Amino acid sequence: MKRNVNIWTDIDKISILIYLLMIFAGWFNIYAAVYDEEHTRIFDISQRYGKQFIWIVAAIVIAILVMIIDSRFYYFFAYPIYGGTLLMLILVLFLGTEINGAKSWFEIGSLNLQPSEFSKVATALALSFYLGSRKRDLTSLTTFLIATGIIMFPALLIAAQPDLGTTVVFLSLFLVMFREGMSPYVFTTGVLLILLFFLSLLVNNTILSVSLILIATMVTWLMTRKTRLAVTGLGIIVAAGIVIYLINYFLIKEMSLNFIILVAVLVSGIAYGIYFFYRKAAGLIIIYLFLAGSLIFVNLVGFSMNTLLKPHQKERVEILLGFKSDPQGTGYNVNQSMISIGSGGFSGKGYLQGTQTKFKFVPAQSTDFIFCTIGEEWGFLGSLVVIGLYLGLLLRLIFLAERQRSDFSRIYGYGVVAVLFIHIVINIGMTIGLVPVIGIPLPFLSYGGSSLWGFTILLFIFLRLDASRTEYLI
Amino acid sequence: MKNTFVNRKYIIMAIIILVSLVLLTRLFFIQVIDKSYRFSAENNVLRAVTQYPARGLIYDRNGKLMVYNQAAYDLMVIPAQTTSLDTASFCELLNITRDYFRERIKSARQYSRRAPSIFLRQISAETYARFQEKMFLYPGFYVQPRTLRKYSKPVGAHLLGYVSEVDEAVIKNDPYYKMGDYIGKSGIEEAYEKELRGKKGVKIFLVDVHSRIKGSYANGRFDTAAIQGTDIITGIDLELQEYGERLMQNKTGSIVAIEPSTGEVLALVSAPAYNPELLVGRIRSENYAKLQSDTTLPLFNRALMASYPPGSTFKPINGLIALQENVIVPSTTFGCNNGYLFVGCHSHSSPLSLKYGISNSCNAYFCQVFRRILENSQYSSVADAFNKWREYLTEFGFGTKLGTDFVNDLPGFIPTSGYYDKYYGQNRWKALTIISLAIGQGEIGTTPLQMANMTAAIANRGYYYSPHVVKSIGSTGAPAERFTVKHVINIDSLNFEQIIEGMAEAVNGGAGSTARSAAIKDIIVCGKTGTAQNPHGKDHSVFVAFAPKDDPKIAIAVYVENAGFGATYAAPVASLMIEKYLKGTVTNKYQEQRILELKLEAR
Repeated sequence: MKRNVNIWTDIDKISILIYLLMIFAGWFNIYAAVYDEEHTRIFDISQRYGKQFIWIVAAIVIAILVMIIDSRFYYFFAYPIYGGTLLMLILVLFLGTEINGAKSWFEIGSLNLQPSEFSKVATALALSFYLGSRKRDLTSLTTFLIATGIIMFPALLIAAQPDLGTTVVFLSLFLVMFREGMSPYVFTTGVLLILLFFLSLLVNNTILSVSLILIATMVTWLMTRKTRLAVTGLGIIVAAGIVIYLINYFLIKEMSLNFIILVAVLVSGIAYGIYFFYRKAAGLIIIYLFLAGSLIFVNLVGFSMNTLLKPHQKERVEILLGFKSDPQGTGYNVNQSMISIGSGGFSGKGYLQGTQTKFKFVPAQSTDFIFCTIGEEWGFLGSLVVIGLYLGLLLRLIFLAERQRSDFSRIYGYGVVAVLFIHIVINIGMTIGLVPVIGIPLPFLSYGGSSLWGFTILLFIFLRLDASRTEYLI
Repeated sequence: MKNTFVNRKYIIMAIIILVSLVLLTRLFFIQVIDKSYRFSAENNVLRAVTQYPARGLIYDRNGKLMVYNQAAYDLMVIPAQTTSLDTASFCELLNITRDYFRERIKSARQYSRRAPSIFLRQISAETYARFQEKMFLYPGFYVQPRTLRKYSKPVGAHLLGYVSEVDEAVIKNDPYYKMGDYIGKSGIEEAYEKELRGKKGVKIFLVDVHSRIKGSYANGRFDTAAIQGTDIITGIDLELQEYGERLMQNKTGSIVAIEPSTGEVLALVSAPAYNPELLVGRIRSENYAKLQSDTTLPLFNRALMASYPPGSTFKPINGLIALQENVIVPSTTFGCNNGYLFVGCHSHSSPLSLKYGISNSCNAYFCQVFRRILENSQYSSVADAFNKWREYLTEFGFGTKLGTDFVNDLPGFIPTSGYYDKYYGQNRWKALTIISLAIGQGEIGTTPLQMANMTAAIANRGYYYSPHVVKSIGSTGAPAERFTVKHVINIDSLNFEQIIEGMAEAVNGGAGSTARSAAIKDIIVCGKTGTAQNPHGKDHSVFVAFAPKDDPKIAIAVYVENAGFGATYAAPVASLMIEKYLKGTVTNKYQEQRILELKLEAR
């Protein structure tokens, strides 16, 4: 069955509009980031903004090419494209040029290409093909493991470069697997573990443990709407806690407060267990298991950081994760970037008026730290607009994904959403000190040909699939 | 497939919206609520003043300070903050010309209008004081404190290296370095740059339009302290180093002294030397150009980079190899009739055994020895025997780098059998073709450092540690692990004893012994003279020695260029150095005076 469609009129206009707004906003902000009164022509190709203009023109040409190709190509060639990309990722380990300590680049004349940027597209395609071409049940262990393999194989090759930032991006594809039926427990547990890991390093562990107990109580109340049940549950832990505290105070004298809380939660599990058993309350068991598991994990992280690692090893981990400032290293960058963004205030200092970003304090200002320029010169309003545009694009893409008739297209659409989402969160998050400094670009805004083209291809393949969604049923 | 999990889209949308809200909340907090990030962009600017750490100090093996720091001040300019100023009085204040002023402002502008550039390097404390009073007149200018190197004694320039501003290639490759930073070049300063440099810090100040610092920004929340560089304790004996340089004054050549039991370099002299103070501060570039164009090559570190044929100092090695390969025994005698074929020899009693072959430095003896090594029937061809011979040399560290902590030592050259195959054709050469190697002449090249290391290996009776200058990093940190690795040579220690007997005889023996000018009262010195052929002029005088014979404390190689026989000048220099190191004072004042007065500068 084939219906005639016109891809140029059926293409989603809202997405295109946001895309164009973004890439040109990026160009103007790169101009501001490297602005220098000595070189003021925005088309000057000796400067980054001049080059970015060339990348933008090339990106538009690439977008048109992606649109011209028949949509079935992306379906039938998903595996070959994936295979080719894997080959490139292996080759780059041997033949690549080392830039900033990572072998991620092919140097072809004056052009540097980063195969990992394109591997995101290929992996999203392969995952969509695997899950979408036939009926797959992600609750089956085999399917889950194969899908995980498709994601992790390129991710590990990239980790070997080593480019941990891009490796982390691949983890976002588990969001797609969640949408397609992966057990929510796998997903929640994964997210929770990552979150807890960072929180346990960032926040005082006692406060964290108490917060977790309160959250569990809240969730219990939200699920059951029984105030008495929730309060009693909390009471049991508090009571157990006091008893153990007193025992420790008079007899053992060696337990830390964190450990007392952990033991209290584990001991009160006996009381809960009896209750759950008689009331057949399965949902509550899960809440309890999550709570107990989280506390054990937090204590394990704390224990391994404080006891197993030597002080200098611990410091290295903390600097690596960006929690501790390294005078000239990552911590310094975050400080500088927060000063820039914070000094922007509500409405910003005005275009080209940013004083902080001009000091060349923050390295990678036009690439990974482009959001500083936006925050400083456009203020909170500018931040709001940028995040608003991203949010609009992501929600629009989810809407488009859900209207696909083929599983392949829908899954791919979610792949686009996941990859863009994680880039945005990590990049903006690191400039405002919420996320460790992981050097990955801000989609469409950061300087750089490879990343811009990678995101363009990623997005436009989906727009192409969407434009012809009524044409074939693939 | 039924779209079973369609409701999960709401969860995903909720996650995305929630995370966006978290980002926006945080942004709202730092951009709108928290006022500490804010400052009026019109009236105030932030200035990040780099806190330069003091560079680590360098000590000698006895804890004497060799290199320390002195304060200096760089005048910085931020072009975007400058206003029109009275150029005439400004230039007068700083004692600079208007042309200099114009040129610096221009180049600073070219670098960046908003980032600081150095306007005037290392102004004196007095100029700084005068300038500080008037600073409010010149917005955009400020003073950045720095440290410069200072030397306790004007010696050891080659060893220590110097410090200079980083060039662009370095800035590009290492993000630590910024324009105007200093970096160690050559010597210890380069080899231990990472340890010595410490870590820069930064202080962020709020500065008003009049260039006045109004205070620390956000109470120093974003400041980082500089971390001082690590001190380095070298194995150098500063007094011995100074004495060596004094002895080599007005001469060309080098001295390398090593402690055999550790591989620590005690002194390393390359003459002509220069005063290390010449390469500090503003005068550096001018002096550097002068030194570079000097025809006596004072910047060239002969001890590490000059490759000479070792001459007769090489004979002990050939003797050792022959003993190990069982082609001679200590009592093997050879006759000498003023030479062997076309290799001449001086007149001495004949025939001689190994011990006296060494002490008399008989050329004929070692030509025979070398022939026996290469014509050894154990090997199928001369080339095979030659390869075995070369293998021993490699074990001694010849023809290869020694794995030192010097940055520019050279491997020297030992020909391979392939080299001769190419030159003469395969199987077209034999022992006699390359007989000059027997007495350390010909295609062979070794550095003074390698010869000192060879002597240390002989002193140790068969092993050495890679020579190194640094004893410890910081007060406790050991040097790199590679300096504790024993390099063992596959030659029996008994064979070494035989050779050492000969070397002791050379210095302490009777008539015919070639190195009697190196003898010291109460100390048994073991040595070997040599004469390195010089195609450009008079031969170089070479001497290697170690002492005392039992439990050696010092191994030394001395090269005096254009000084003729080894016994004439190199041997007395080595003897004076050994006595100075072992006794602390020199008793042979006559010899000392003779060496000090000797002038041999011409090439």
